[in-house]
Amino acid sequence: MSAGIGADSMHGNRFRHNFLTALLLAPATVWLVVFLVLPFIAIAVFSVGERAPEGGYQAAFTLAQYANLPARATAFWNTMVLAPVGALACLIVAYPVAYYLALQVPQRWRLILLALVVIPFWTSLLMRTYAWMYILGGRGIPALLAFVGIEDVRLINTPGAVLLGIVYGYLPLMILPIYVSLERLDRRLLEASADLGATPLSTFLGVTLKLSLPGVMTGFSLVMILLLGEYLIPTLLGGGKVFFIGNALVDLFLQSRNWPFGSAIAITLVLVSVVVLIVANRISNRVAGARRVDLI
Amino acid sequence: MSKSYRDGLPISPENFVDQLMRLKRGSIGRRDFLGLTGLGIATAVMAREIGIMPTPAFAAESLGDRMSIATWPNYHDPQTFENFKKDTGVAVEVNVFGSNEEMLAKLQAGASGWSLFVPTNYTISTYKKLGIIEPLEMAKLSNFDGTQEDPRFTSEGTIDKVIYAVPKNWGTTGFAVNTKKLTKPMTSWKEFWDTAMAEGDGRTMVHDYQLTTIGNALKYYGYSFNSLKQDELAKAEELLLKVKPHLFAVSSDYQPGMRAGDAWMTMCWTNDGAQLHRDIPEIAYVLGKEGGEIWTDFYAIPKDAPNKPAGYALLNYLMNPQVAVKEHLANGAPSTDARVNKLLPKEVLDNPILYPAADLLTPLEFGAAATLTDPGRAELMARFKSA
Repeated sequence: MSAGIGADSMHGNRFRHNFLTALLLAPATVWLVVFLVLPFIAIAVFSVGERAPEGGYQAAFTLAQYANLPARATAFWNTMVLAPVGALACLIVAYPVAYYLALQVPQRWRLILLALVVIPFWTSLLMRTYAWMYILGGRGIPALLAFVGIEDVRLINTPGAVLLGIVYGYLPLMILPIYVSLERLDRRLLEASADLGATPLSTFLGVTLKLSLPGVMTGFSLVMILLLGEYLIPTLLGGGKVFFIGNALVDLFLQSRNWPFGSAIAITLVLVSVVVLIVANRISNRVAGARRVDLI
Repeated sequence: MSKSYRDGLPISPENFVDQLMRLKRGSIGRRDFLGLTGLGIATAVMAREIGIMPTPAFAAESLGDRMSIATWPNYHDPQTFENFKKDTGVAVEVNVFGSNEEMLAKLQAGASGWSLFVPTNYTISTYKKLGIIEPLEMAKLSNFDGTQEDPRFTSEGTIDKVIYAVPKNWGTTGFAVNTKKLTKPMTSWKEFWDTAMAEGDGRTMVHDYQLTTIGNALKYYGYSFNSLKQDELAKAEELLLKVKPHLFAVSSDYQPGMRAGDAWMTMCWTNDGAQLHRDIPEIAYVLGKEGGEIWTDFYAIPKDAPNKPAGYALLNYLMNPQVAVKEHLANGAPSTDARVNKLLPKEVLDNPILYPAADLLTPLEFGAAATLTDPGRAELMARFKSA
């Protein structure tokens, strides 16, 4: 476009810029509307409906499903305990790994080790959890322990097995954000801290940990949100004896086919997740001080 | 992290073979591994090279080159589908399910894509009521011979003298016991539940399935397996809540636990009982003397089947006694068809797990349609599982 056209050309450029922006955003917008907004509206409509006599949905306008939420209070409570505890366990295991990867490993090994963290994701979580069923089952670790004289160890279908499965399954999601925030850490700050007389521990707490908090909070909320909907690991490694809200949802949609009640629970779960995200974001902002990090 | 997006997708041939071999070893129960997660749709494409082989002329009606069937895990001889493809050019996609409720949920949601499926007796009237299935065109099923079928097992496929479904096989729901670990002989559901809270503490499994878990708890008190009565269900709930802390697992995937020796006793379907006993002789299969469930699985064709001609062709093929006998040898469940029984080896017919004595069969009940849709039983199960 020639330079001599003046205001019209300016206008045209802006229009073209806006048009391009819209064009670039269109796929994501369409995607979100079709796969997030529309299903959400459908679920919201279902949640004020009634269960048809043979199961499924029948049109109505009632808040009865929401009034019935206490019927799944135990499942909600179990989930509210599992999600933070599981995320915390994940964090405790993940932080040293991320620290090691970001600060200790020579550059040339780093990529390989990072790849090793991610590679398990290439196999379905279902398959990997099934593998754990056999490792923890009677012919796995307990058989090895019996071989060295430690008899009658039971691992499968215990709360410990569920926790192990969760830490194993979600570890990469915790390691990667912490790694990223540690990797950006300016090492001169560590030297400065040491020069100013801080012990290694107080350097770690005051500098390293504090500066990696955004990564910690990202990983923590990511894992926690996913754990709010978790049902597979408790079913397989916990023997289906502990009932989480994810299990309640699966049963309501696939077994008792009470879609309206399931929808009401799903909506409630989404709202809870949003609250968790907002709180996590607030805490993150406060702890990180001036460093503003938006999670949502 | 959604696991569901893969559900409808075919898995790779390598994965399929792996899974198949695992199923063949019997390491997975009827309500199979995806089933127990509640998702329940492990889809396996029997042949991916669709379209490469020319389709031979089979009948006047075009069969297309692919169809899909919804069935139970470990329920067919895989060779059956390969032979069918050789004969007709139609590749069969096998969808494996965890429960009748799940099958119904999928069909209610619409567009299941199945041209044949395997519902259990007590669900057929509901499918008919909801208009999900149509009467079968018997002219297309020349291999089916109603006179050879045992009416005790087949009646629920026929509603108002119209045939909606034809039987595949029948079976019972009892319990399997590792008699080396639990040496006291057991013959009743009362003993099952009492042992679960005593010698079998931490070693007992019940199904993740309202029909059988609630039904067999009802049998503790001698109530009907199908009861919907408030007071009787309340008693069953009391028992279930009392037993819950003593259980090893609430899962319909009980073969791995029993085989590894983690579980010593489990609710069990005929075919799983036969497989467990075959591989581990000390595992016995017991029918509660108070009664319990007897069932028949049927073949039916959904109204919205995308490839009805192939659905009928496969069904007719499966009704051929020569084909059906291989199916029974593979899945270990007894046949309803006298022509097939004639072809089965004597040791199969003499196996008391498959063909129990008449006095044990008499008190058994077929599941009732009402239990499938009753919200009360569903909520009871949820309270039991979340306790």
